[in-house]
Amino acid sequence: MNFEFSDEQRQLHEVVERYLGEQYRFDRFQSIKRSAAGWDPEVWRGLAELGVLAITVPTEHGGLGFGPLETLAMMGDCGRSLLLEPVLSSAIIATAALRAFADEAPAAQLLTAMATGEKIAVLAHFESDARFESRWVTTRARKSGGHYRLDGHKGVVMHAGAADTLLVSARTAGEAGEAQGVSLFLVPRAAPGVTLDIYPTVDGQRAADVYLKGVEVPAASRLGAEGGALEAVEAALDIGLAGLCADAVGVMQALVDATIEYVRMRQQFGQPIGRFQALQHRIADMLIHLEQARSMSYLAALRCTSEDVAERRRALSAAKAVIGQASRFVGQQAVQLHGGMGMTDELIVSHWFKRLTGAQLMFGDSDTHLQRYAALSRA
Amino acid sequence: MRLEFTDEEQAFREEVRSFLRQKLSPAIGEKVLNGYELGREDILEWQHRLHERGWGGMGWPKEFGGPGWNSVQQYIFEEESALAGAPRLIPFGIKMVAPVIMTFGSAAQQKRFLPKISAGEEWWCQGYSEPGAGSDLASLKTRAVLDGDAYVVNGQKTWNTLGQYADWIFCLVRTDSNAKQQSGITFLLIDMKSPGITVRPITLLDGGHEVNEVWFENVRVPVENRIGEENRGWTYAKFLLGHERTNIAGIGGAKRELARLKRIASDERRQGRPLIEDPLFAAQIAQVEVDLWALEITNLRVLSAERRSAASGPEASILKIKGTEIQQSISELMMRAVGPYALPFRREAMEAGWQFDPDREPPGPRYAATLAAAYFNQRKLSIFGGTNEIQKNIISKMIIGL
Repeated sequence: MNFEFSDEQRQLHEVVERYLGEQYRFDRFQSIKRSAAGWDPEVWRGLAELGVLAITVPTEHGGLGFGPLETLAMMGDCGRSLLLEPVLSSAIIATAALRAFADEAPAAQLLTAMATGEKIAVLAHFESDARFESRWVTTRARKSGGHYRLDGHKGVVMHAGAADTLLVSARTAGEAGEAQGVSLFLVPRAAPGVTLDIYPTVDGQRAADVYLKGVEVPAASRLGAEGGALEAVEAALDIGLAGLCADAVGVMQALVDATIEYVRMRQQFGQPIGRFQALQHRIADMLIHLEQARSMSYLAALRCTSEDVAERRRALSAAKAVIGQASRFVGQQAVQLHGGMGMTDELIVSHWFKRLTGAQLMFGDSDTHLQRYAALSRA
Repeated sequence: MRLEFTDEEQAFREEVRSFLRQKLSPAIGEKVLNGYELGREDILEWQHRLHERGWGGMGWPKEFGGPGWNSVQQYIFEEESALAGAPRLIPFGIKMVAPVIMTFGSAAQQKRFLPKISAGEEWWCQGYSEPGAGSDLASLKTRAVLDGDAYVVNGQKTWNTLGQYADWIFCLVRTDSNAKQQSGITFLLIDMKSPGITVRPITLLDGGHEVNEVWFENVRVPVENRIGEENRGWTYAKFLLGHERTNIAGIGGAKRELARLKRIASDERRQGRPLIEDPLFAAQIAQVEVDLWALEITNLRVLSAERRSAASGPEASILKIKGTEIQQSISELMMRAVGPYALPFRREAMEAGWQFDPDREPPGPRYAATLAAAYFNQRKLSIFGGTNEIQKNIISKMIIGL
C-alpha cells in the first residue's frame, strides 16, 4: 500500500492550485456568485486551456484519459477556491456517464466537445421523491415512431442552467424502484418542453428543477440499450460522489488552516485565544475529523470504479457517511472559533462552511449512507 | 496510490496466519475470542511459542535477537494475531523497556536483560505513575539516594499493570530534588524480589486485579542497574513513550470485537427480530464500523509515511484517541446488545470454565455474562498511555504551536 500521488497527479494539482490561486481569488468568487449566470465562461475557457475539462475524457475523444486519482488530486483545490463552475457536474459526472456510451456517435461527439470546454453537459437523474435512491425514476419516455416523448420532473439538478445538454434518465419500462427499464437520453437544454427553474444553492452554486413536458427527442439520442442505462448512471454518480468527497476535504483543510491562523492571531484577555485549552481541544477534534475524512476520500477515489458493485457502494457509503459528519463538525466549529467574524459574509470562512453544508446534502446525507452501509454490510 | 499490500507483505501475512493456526492453542484462542480472562500461564505460553519461532522480540532489530521486521510487518503481525485470538503482547518488556535498553543501556545490560525478555523468562512491569504524578509525570516524588554502589529507593508507584506477575520493574525516580523537575530524574531497573518492595492489589470497577500499588522502602538497587546517566531519565522516558506507539490504534483487536458485536446482535432478538435488523442499533454498528474503516486507512497512511521518514507528527495521538474511542464504543454496544442480561454481574463469569449452574438452564446467554465487566474495563483505554485529553494537548501544541 502507498498513499503517494504520482508525479503526474502532483503536477495536475499544482497547475490547478496555481491557476485558481491567481485567477479565482475570493473577490472573484464573490462577483461570479452575484452574477446572473453564477459561473464565468472566461474561467471555463481558462480551465479548458489547462486541460482540466479533458482529464477524464478518453484519449481517443481528445481527452487525457485520467481517472479518479487525478480527480482526487485536483478537486481539493476546486473546493478550497470555492469554484462555482461545473467541473464536477460536467467534466467528471456527465463525462463518466457518457464514457459508458462512447462507442456511439452522439456520446463520442459530445465528449470531444466537452474536453475542449465548448460544450457543457450535466446528468439530470435524481427526482424529488427519490431521496438519493438511484432506482427511483418516475420520469417517463414513451416511444412513438422515430421519437421518444419525455415527461417528468428532475429535482435540484446542479448546473443545469449552464448546460447545453442534459443527460436525462427516464423510464421506458417498469416502475419506480426497479433497476431495469431506465434509459438515458441526450436532451438539448433548449428543447421545446424543457423548463428550468434556476436558483442558487446554499453554497452559491447554481442548480435547477427541470420540468419535461412532452419533450420530443429522436430515437438516436437514446444512449445504449433501451431500459439498460441505470448501471452507467450509478457508475457516474459514484465517481461524482468520490469527486465531491475530495472537494469537501479541500474545504475542510482550508477551514482548519484558517482557524489555526485565527486563534494564533486573535487576542482576548491579553493573550491569543489559541492559548485556551477549550479551543485547542476543539481544533484537535477538527484535525482528527479532517484526517479521517481524508483517509475516506482516498478510499472513495480508489474504489469508485471498482467492478464489484456491492463493495464499491459499501466503500462509498462509508466514505460519504464519515466525510459528511466531518464536514458538519469542521464547518460548524470553524465558524464557532471565528466568533462573530465567522458569521459574516465578508470572511471566506462562512462560504467554506456553506460549501460543506451543501456537500453534506448532495448525493445523500450521512444518515442515508449509514443506512445504506448497514444494509450492504448485512447482506 | 493503492490500498493493497505488496506481494511480499501478503506472503508475510500468510506466514503469520499459518504460524497462528499451528501454534496458538485453541484454549487460549477461545478465551480471547470470547472475552474471558487470561492467566499468567496463558500469556507466557504464547510468548514461549513466539520465542521458539524467533519472534519473541517483536519489533526488535536482528542484532538484538529480534526478527528485524519493519513497521508494516509489525502491523500485519499484530493485526493477524488479534484476529486469530492470540493474547496481546504485554508491552512493558518487549515494547517499552527493551528499546530503552537497546538504545541507552550498556552492553552488559543488553546481554543480561534482552534475551530473557524475548524468551518470556522474565516478566517486566512499569513504575512510572505515582499517586501525585499521573498526567503530570515529571512531578514524581519517589526518591533514590546513592549510597556506595547502590541507590536507596523510597516511595510509591501506582497503576502498575500486572506487577503481581513481574520479575522486574523499570522505574523513574528522583535523584536531584533541586534541579528543574525533568532534570532530576533517573531511570532504574529494579528486581521485584528486592527486600523492601511491597505490591498491593488495586481492585478495579470490573472486579479484576489488573493493577497494583508498589511501595519501595529502603530498596537497594545496584548502580549497574541504572540506564544511561544519572538525572537523564526523562530523556529515556520520553523515548520509551514514543515506542509505545505501534498498534496504538488497536485496529486488529477492534475488527475482532466488531465481528463479535455483529454476531451477538444477530443472535439477540428484539420482539422476535434479530437486533441487527433494528434500524437504530444497525446504524450505531454502522457508525463504529465506518469510523474503524477510516481509522484503518489513517493508520496505514501513517505506516506508509514512516517508511519514508521517521518524522513523527500528531498522528500517533490521533490514532490513540480515535482507536480508543472506537474500542470503547464497541464494548458499550456489546453490553447494550444483550439488554437486561447485561445486568447480572458475577466476577467468576470472566473465567472460561464458569457456568451458572450445570444442572439448570442459564439465565441469559453465556456471552452476556462478561459484557458489562468488559465495558467497565475498557473505560481505561482513554485514560492510560497519556489520557485522551493529554493527546489533544499534544496535537494542539504541534499544530497550533502556542
